[in-house]
Amino acid sequence: MTEDRLVIAGRSIRSRLFVGTGKFPSSAALKACLDACDAEIVTVALRRADLSKPDDDSILSVLNRDRHLLLPNTSGARNADEAVRLAKLARAAGLEPWVKLELTPEPRYLLPDPIETLKATEMLVKEGFTVLPYIQADPILAKKLEEAGAATVMPLGAPIGSNRGLRTYDMLRIIIEQASVPVVVDAGLGAPSHAAASMEMGADAVLVNTALADARDHAAMARAFALATEAGRAAYLAGLGPERSVAEASSPLTGFLRDKD
Amino acid sequence: MSFLEELGAWPRARIEALIERARPEDVAAAIAREQRTPEDLCAMLSPHAQACLEPMAAEARRLTRWHFGRTIGMYAPIYISNVCGADCVYCGYAVRSGNRERRLNLSAAEIRAECAALAAEGYQNVLLLTGEARRAAPVSYIAEAVAIAREFFPSVSVEVYSLDEDEYRLLCQRGLEGVTLYMETYDPTVYQAVHLKGQKTDYRYRLDAIERAGRAGARRLSIGALLGLTDWRIDGFWTALHGRYLQRACWQSAVSVSFPRLLHTPARFSIPHLVTDAELVQLMLAVRLFLPEAGFNLSTRERAEFRDHLIPLGVTMMSAGSSTRPGGYATHVDETLEQFAIEDRRPPAKVVEAIRAQGYEPVWKDFDYAFDETSSR
Repeated sequence: MTEDRLVIAGRSIRSRLFVGTGKFPSSAALKACLDACDAEIVTVALRRADLSKPDDDSILSVLNRDRHLLLPNTSGARNADEAVRLAKLARAAGLEPWVKLELTPEPRYLLPDPIETLKATEMLVKEGFTVLPYIQADPILAKKLEEAGAATVMPLGAPIGSNRGLRTYDMLRIIIEQASVPVVVDAGLGAPSHAAASMEMGADAVLVNTALADARDHAAMARAFALATEAGRAAYLAGLGPERSVAEASSPLTGFLRDKD
Repeated sequence: MSFLEELGAWPRARIEALIERARPEDVAAAIAREQRTPEDLCAMLSPHAQACLEPMAAEARRLTRWHFGRTIGMYAPIYISNVCGADCVYCGYAVRSGNRERRLNLSAAEIRAECAALAAEGYQNVLLLTGEARRAAPVSYIAEAVAIAREFFPSVSVEVYSLDEDEYRLLCQRGLEGVTLYMETYDPTVYQAVHLKGQKTDYRYRLDAIERAGRAGARRLSIGALLGLTDWRIDGFWTALHGRYLQRACWQSAVSVSFPRLLHTPARFSIPHLVTDAELVQLMLAVRLFLPEAGFNLSTRERAEFRDHLIPLGVTMMSAGSSTRPGGYATHVDETLEQFAIEDRRPPAKVVEAIRAQGYEPVWKDFDYAFDETSSR
């Protein structure tokens, strides 16, 4: 069997678990998480990162350019222009031209703006960026972003930080079924079982942040998510049996038809 | 639309009656609910809730960590002017406060020096303040100060006299991120009794100002009542209601709340409704449970030990090493009139240590020049 590798924009990615870096109580807690789960894609909010002083920055100083792909995100951007400016700033500071688009015009639920996200994707793809947009679990938007050149789509399972799991299950299933780019379930995954369920249904990767930052033992929770992600992927590849709502009778109801002879 | 209409539906008597009627089981139900109504807020502000501070604190900590993580944003105030034409009876800056120390506007060079001193401490987020002095410290002066501060800090907010929408827009175009404006008290009668002179006597103009700032594009809106002017339960209720109103009316702005407590006032004014530590904690917890996503700012008005205890109870932003006099960091260290006495005099490094000791990460930078299209960076 060929090796099961996630490939995004031609780059082979070591782990299907992506990690967000907000909300951690210390650099040490973040580092413990990253070491424990060995995530490759690590997303950092450009609003928080001080790219001019990476060694003093509580997040950047923990990342290892050989082990991690620093995926800058545009969290806090209210429109496409702001997001594009942030992405260019990151590239100018020497980061890889990859960007996780987060266009979240309202600060309470941080839900993504589909119109500005599509606009920004079109603009950034033209500028040569590898674009990974964070979106509502909207199958049509996912297809339009794919056509616009997005490298993945990153639909939410539930509102960001909510730990509510796969509340958008039915729409995620349609997105995964229709996608020709990798689908990364992002936001709302509060327990390893949520990550496993995402992978079992065929998601290509998951992104987790709050559940790790909030855990009592950061490293242990990161490890648990990594295992769950792997297990979910393995189950998907193994071919899960269909879910049934009733048990199958062990004595067939129509067996009498055969019993006669 | 104005908050005044919503306020009209919640007169003092209605809130008092709800607080009076609240039973211990109403407090317990309010704590248990996922989304809380104004009636729940009244229960949590009632005397019975004093017996429930521990479960309220646990819920407040859970909600705050959920929305903000275990982080505390760091900011510092810069008083650029202490000239004041208003006569607010509780304030050290008031024209008739009897204070005779020096009043001035910092020059552009002095503002730069103050900014450089704070930037050297690590600050990336500052709040520029003036008195009520439209003529002495005009909007053009504030706009210049914002532009200067932006040379040093990605995040610049102001706490100045109330402005028109176009004036707020001008400041936003200079790179302003946030506006802080305390109503002081939402009770119109008390308001008129303590604000005796100048533009600030206009209750309605001040009440609507923060919404004008939101419409003009300010991303952070901070509100608060000056605790001690009237019953804290009533002003606390109105503040929370105002916060919820602003979250709807200015849906693209992050709303935060401060809980400034009157502790020191000029000799002519004695505080009519002193708020105890336990009452302040009750208020903060009740507002946190009512507004889970609101930021909470905690200034150096409160003493060090008390501030440290408040960190896990809902606080999201803290100042440290503050001075409330113009030039207090570099240019006029002890010679100008201060607005009020600072209680927590620890240097920023000590406050950072205290934040870490509580298991929280101090966050210096939470905004970027790239958000602002006019930025030259």
